[in-house]
Amino acid sequence: MGIAQNWRLRSQRYGLVGEVCDDCGEKIFPPRDVCPYCTQPAQTPFQFSGRGEVFSHTTIYNPPTGYEEFVPYTVALVKLEEGPLVTAQLTDVDPEEVNIGQPVEMVTRKIREDGPEGLIMYGYKFRPRLQEV
Amino acid sequence: MRDVSIIGIGQTPVGEHWDRSLRHLAYDAVAAAMQDAGVQRADALYVGNMLSGEISGQSHLGPLIADFAGLRGIEAVKIEGACGSGAAAVRMGYLAVASGLQDIAICAGVEKMTDDVGNRLTGGLAQAADADYEVIHGISFVALNALLMRRYLYEYKVRHEDFAGFSINAHANAVGNPNAMFRRPITAEAFKKAAMVADPINLLDSSPMADGAAAVILCPTERAGEFTNNAVRIAASAMATDSLSIHDRYDPLWLQAAQDSAQRAYRQAGVGPDDIHLFELHDAFTIMAAMSLEASGFAERGKGWQLAVNGDIRPGGRLPVCTMGGLKARGHPVGATGVYQIVEAAQQLRGEAGDCQIPNARLAMAQNIGGSGSTIVTHILEGR
Repeated sequence: MGIAQNWRLRSQRYGLVGEVCDDCGEKIFPPRDVCPYCTQPAQTPFQFSGRGEVFSHTTIYNPPTGYEEFVPYTVALVKLEEGPLVTAQLTDVDPEEVNIGQPVEMVTRKIREDGPEGLIMYGYKFRPRLQEV
Repeated sequence: MRDVSIIGIGQTPVGEHWDRSLRHLAYDAVAAAMQDAGVQRADALYVGNMLSGEISGQSHLGPLIADFAGLRGIEAVKIEGACGSGAAAVRMGYLAVASGLQDIAICAGVEKMTDDVGNRLTGGLAQAADADYEVIHGISFVALNALLMRRYLYEYKVRHEDFAGFSINAHANAVGNPNAMFRRPITAEAFKKAAMVADPINLLDSSPMADGAAAVILCPTERAGEFTNNAVRIAASAMATDSLSIHDRYDPLWLQAAQDSAQRAYRQAGVGPDDIHLFELHDAFTIMAAMSLEASGFAERGKGWQLAVNGDIRPGGRLPVCTMGGLKARGHPVGATGVYQIVEAAQQLRGEAGDCQIPNARLAMAQNIGGSGSTIVTHILEGR
């Protein structure tokens, strides 16, 4: 992915910014300009809380190019509190200790590195939700 | 709209063809199909392929394959729908002939995968998913299917070993197919102990990457008799799409595009699931086989796996599937797979399936799936 392709996604990657449909009220992530539920225009930004729970998960040992340094890593579908599913890596957790239904929260981490002199991309991952004290 | 029939079929063995390039493989299949049909010329060529740019550094397959097959000058174009490219190319040929604009159309599928077995191939396959919101997180194609399978096991309270029947059936059937990649049976014990790829999906849940090419020749049914007395009629052809990514689905465990394309196909053919004699389904992973059976109306929601447990899918069962080995054991040269399925269904309907023959098969369905269920093409074929 080139610089501009990543730059365009900065508010999603760093802020989990999606949309809310003015017509039917559905919260949408990733943003997509047309509401998938009612097909009306949906362009009002909405920032998600970053809280959710694990909907499904798997651990990757054979990574695509660019992700070798993270192996083994766990990817998940996370069900956000506000409704949508999001695909992301889990972090700060032993793959053996991940369960469906586990509460997680968004954190910002390094997503990938394009070699020693290339881009370093940051974005959202999810970790087990910290206990509130 | 004109009625359309298949008058010729051709295929290469599926496997590791170190000595044959993309264009050579495509030529082999196209030439075999043209010889089978007894045609020297065609009006159009549609080439299903996914990875030629990524693996062979070659786009623009339409003119390349047309020229290489001795068809320079005709209409020719590559059709891409990830792992659903093959049946999508057949669909385009069907539309061309049915519309009356073309008389003889060649629909080919070709894939050359083994020139790069490794992370680049894994990355190329992942391009079937959403680059900005799935692939960027390091997800592989098998991992997407693993997310579906884990959720399926959880929601429907099923055990992983309940899926073994899909792979055991595919391997048993491939023994009789000289073009299959893995012509050896496997056991339930081997399935249980197979190496993990992306949990819960293990090696024997998964179809193998391979090289291969297959082709069919289409013409108007009213002219089929000029070429053959063994034409296979395309009773229905339907394509549907769903969201590219799993996280955007209304229901991740339901293949809406399989339901939509199957229902359109049943309507066009004037039949229902009970009328289908055999089903070449898209068992890229065992979970896809189960979900395809459910969405296509052969099993209730959450119960597709039961057809593998009770033997319904075996030859002689209620609905034989993957009768020549399926993706699992015939092999899965991604952009060619959909054409292999249709070639194999035609072999069955022509009574030319050899040791794999399903007796008295007259109506066969083939369903090709691109991505995690984003492009789904369903064909129903009718023999004489």
